[in-house]
Amino acid sequence: MVRALRDAGMEVIYTGLFQTPEMIARAAIDEDVDVIGLSILSGAHMSLFPKIFEELGRAGLDDVLVVAGGTIPNADVQQVKDLGVAEVFGPGTPMETAVRFIREHAPERGGE
Amino acid sequence: MAELYRETGNAFIIGITGPPGAGKSTLTNALVRAYRTQGKTVGVVAVDPSSSLTGGATLGDRIRMLENFDDSGVYIRSMATRGEMGGLSIAVGGAVHLLDAFGFNTIIVETVGVGQDEVDVAELVDTTVLLQVPGLGDSIQAIKAGVLEIADILVVNKADQAGANELVRDLRNMLRLGEKRDWVPPIIETIASTDSNIDTLINALEVHSIYSGESGLRRRRRLQRVRAEVARIARRQIGDAVCREMASAEMVDLLVRLESRQADPLSVASEVARRSAAHMV
Repeated sequence: MVRALRDAGMEVIYTGLFQTPEMIARAAIDEDVDVIGLSILSGAHMSLFPKIFEELGRAGLDDVLVVAGGTIPNADVQQVKDLGVAEVFGPGTPMETAVRFIREHAPERGGE
Repeated sequence: MAELYRETGNAFIIGITGPPGAGKSTLTNALVRAYRTQGKTVGVVAVDPSSSLTGGATLGDRIRMLENFDDSGVYIRSMATRGEMGGLSIAVGGAVHLLDAFGFNTIIVETVGVGQDEVDVAELVDTTVLLQVPGLGDSIQAIKAGVLEIADILVVNKADQAGANELVRDLRNMLRLGEKRDWVPPIIETIASTDSNIDTLINALEVHSIYSGESGLRRRRRLQRVRAEVARIARRQIGDAVCREMASAEMVDLLVRLESRQADPLSVASEVARRSAAHMV
């Protein structure tokens, strides 16, 4: 995924596995990111996502595009979107789909 | 920038450079840990190359420094080179000024040694650390034009691997053959992943800092740095003005004259330059 985004001309910071909500928020603030991509394979999305959005909110990061991928069951997708995730890309989603969504929905920021 | 710049000039700026795989991020992280133990605050600018084909980049240094996430005395920022001529973007210099102005004691600029990046980073920092590792076609790495000369401290990382002794010996020989300097770069063998000999590196940095202060070297380098920065930014502004001129409606006439050979590229270029300068004011 990282390579696909890079090949699409984006700058990608890969933070590794098992990031806590606090670590994600800190990275997002310090790196001043436009988009956060969350990959959850643990099934813990309903516990983690609310915490992540709480941390992002506390940091004032309201205009960041958040997308998610991994093994999130269809039944949970709407709830996850209600929390603030713009789109969920289930397993088997072509990378091109995700890349295009990100390119089209990433926030416009002033400057470079 | 005007207000911020007044607050700069206090930080100790370290450059870490070397080939991919040398362990720069791991070493930087070890230095961050050591400086934090001393109670110093550290800002890190981690630079990775942008793809000239796609414009994208994987900024993969932060992942080696994750333990610092809840320490407000550490700030880590990843940046891509974004195709700047000379490889290091003007933004990296700006980021260093910002971190300096915000009062970080130590700033570490970490870059991959690709193309002329090592020479670029040497221009931005007070002390340049060049990293090498055994087993990467060794001596050849350092021979690249001008690279050895810019190093204030040489580090052989992953010193537990085969070939380390040979690499140290080769580097020492190359230093001896190179131009004579007042400061002879020490060669420090480290294993960054286990913090082995990091304290020696910290001491060497401290010694170089004292030396460059006492000898006037830091002052000379900082003067050179701001000169280069001003020239770089001015060149960019002029370049932007030329781009605007080339895209302007007035260019059409000039291009028509070129096509019919009523004008030649040299005179047209001079005219473009003149108009760009006039429109810049």
